[in-house]
Amino acid sequence: MTNREIILGRIREALKISAPHPAFSEKAQIPSPPNLFQSSFQKWLPPVGETSDEQIELFRQNSENLKTDFRVCADVNEAVQYVKTLAVENHWGKIGTHHGELTNAVARELNLPKVQTDSGYAIADLESCDAGLTECESLIAQTGSVLVSAHSAGGRALSVLPPHHIVLARKNQMTPNLSIALQRAREKFGDTFPSFLSFITGPSRTGDIERILVLGAHGPKKLTILILP
Amino acid sequence: MTTPAKAFSESAQRYTADLPHRVWIQRALVGYYVKRDENKNRFQNWQSARDAAAEIKWDAVNHLDRYLEEFVAKLEARGTKIFWAKNAEDARNYIVGVARENKVRSVIKSKSMTAEEIHLNDALERAGFETVESDLGEYIVQLRREPPYHLVFPAMHLTRGQISDLFHEKLNSAPTDNPEDLTMIARRVMRQKFCAADMGVSGANFAIAETGMISITENEGNARLTTSLPKIHVALVGIEKILPKLSDLALFLPMLATAGAGQSLTCYNTLYGGPRQPGEVDGSEQFHVVLLDNRRTELLADAEQRDALHCIRCGACLNVCPIFKNVGGHSYGTTYQGPIGSVITPHLRGLHDWKHLSQASSLCGACTETCPVKINLHHHLLHNRRNAARAESFGGKILYRGFAFMMRRPKLYRFATRFARIAQPLQNLIQGTIFDPLRAWTKTRSFPKVAEKSFHQLWRERKKS
Repeated sequence: MTNREIILGRIREALKISAPHPAFSEKAQIPSPPNLFQSSFQKWLPPVGETSDEQIELFRQNSENLKTDFRVCADVNEAVQYVKTLAVENHWGKIGTHHGELTNAVARELNLPKVQTDSGYAIADLESCDAGLTECESLIAQTGSVLVSAHSAGGRALSVLPPHHIVLARKNQMTPNLSIALQRAREKFGDTFPSFLSFITGPSRTGDIERILVLGAHGPKKLTILILP
Repeated sequence: MTTPAKAFSESAQRYTADLPHRVWIQRALVGYYVKRDENKNRFQNWQSARDAAAEIKWDAVNHLDRYLEEFVAKLEARGTKIFWAKNAEDARNYIVGVARENKVRSVIKSKSMTAEEIHLNDALERAGFETVESDLGEYIVQLRREPPYHLVFPAMHLTRGQISDLFHEKLNSAPTDNPEDLTMIARRVMRQKFCAADMGVSGANFAIAETGMISITENEGNARLTTSLPKIHVALVGIEKILPKLSDLALFLPMLATAGAGQSLTCYNTLYGGPRQPGEVDGSEQFHVVLLDNRRTELLADAEQRDALHCIRCGACLNVCPIFKNVGGHSYGTTYQGPIGSVITPHLRGLHDWKHLSQASSLCGACTETCPVKINLHHHLLHNRRNAARAESFGGKILYRGFAFMMRRPKLYRFATRFARIAQPLQNLIQGTIFDPLRAWTKTRSFPKVAEKSFHQLWRERKKS
């Protein structure tokens, strides 16, 4: 017998005796299981407004708490100007990026050496970049998160290896909560999901020393999110 | 040989007498309480969210065979290698084998309690592979050659001064009392390790059956680097980590973050559904998922305590446990500390050696109340006590039978209480000495004085007047 058969056998044997169902399910006010699974949990999770403006406002508040640098840009030019300012202020010498409508529009205006991850890259080369410029799948108002994937963010490492991550998103990429963000990803990819999807919520952090918050543990010390129309 | 019970008792005694340590742990947890409550209060209904989470985990665990097969089929279809490990040895051998076959030079690890459970680092080191923990807290305790103190906050027992001294000694860094500087020292060391490592080992917080993905929750970004840069990624996953649907994460990720660290969402929640796919620019060439049983199926077979497999390892029950806060994480001598550890360790490592942990509880129920997936923790401690009593030795059985015999006979009980009043002055003479039958209790406490009149007597007098 293979290990697989042995373990599955043990499980089936164990499950012959049924475990008591959680007691609360008998209470009338809790939805019965079928409804429970169909719901998107939103009625229990932190509240989110329905309009796009409310969601952007909530995203702004969450960003402040998370120490994410968040800004709504009137057009691509404003985004370009802002990224240029960041480049000067932080003395960027080199950036990493990938091909995309928004990333291309901003990256071509930056007069800096670039590492394009699309056609493969050397780890040391990407590690020495001062910033990583990516697009994303969606933004999540409820948690102030950005969902990236191997497809939308130039692979797995570009959004985590350089010390400053800049995300460019369209206004219509804002979603209310994680459920809707996952649902959108499913609609886009069907059964062939990318091998990597990540909800990024603020810059990298740790509290491992005396429970004191320090930003930039292993990932980016700074996270900038720019919304374009 | 010291038994686990004896080691626990000695260590617990030492730690409970260590007032600075207790103050330190209390202080470290205060910030957590504030943040946890703040984020719980943002939920529209935390209690219903707990009900839903418990319901989903109940479904997952009670149909585990079906969901595991679905999970495995999806992953295999996309080029993931699955290994089913019956026990710790199976898992260690497989992972060391992968390292050997690929002529790996160094291994980078992200935080995984399951890897602690099977002592993976020791096995890899013994086979000659340098293995470095990349989570800051785990790295600190690895340098100190000690196990994690807490399953979520591994180095919470240490002060910045101790960490600075440690880094100075091991890494030759300049002493500093700034937590940010200390973090940056570790970051610099680790960057080199990340770039050089050819194998990354991670755990998983959830295994999504529907889409065949593992989900990893972390704050630092070390798990993302562990799973992005090396050409081999091995994920060690307990079979109970299953969630049926991808959309379940929309509930579990915020709940794990809130209960575990008082955050609305942890910094990185990442899903991996295979090795690098065609058209992708980076990622592991090989992705191995090791599914670990290691006696989880024995816990599964105990229908009464099966819900202990619902655990999402958030550590919330440790943080509220009066015993944990006093005896400290290292006293348990287990991979999983606190109430959940006391419940599952007797199942995973044997009731005989670990039954004493069921007594490491005041049965206050704070653990059950805080558990985001509603595991009936303190009742399970009682169940373990009952199971241990069933397996009790002859002497123990006589003792409990005698007690039961007396408690069921009012006349005998009344005689015993009267006798206690007379006998107590005698007991005072030997209190705390080896002649004292109540020594375990009276060594550090005075025995309460038996009342002049029993409740029965007072009641009778009151009715008369």
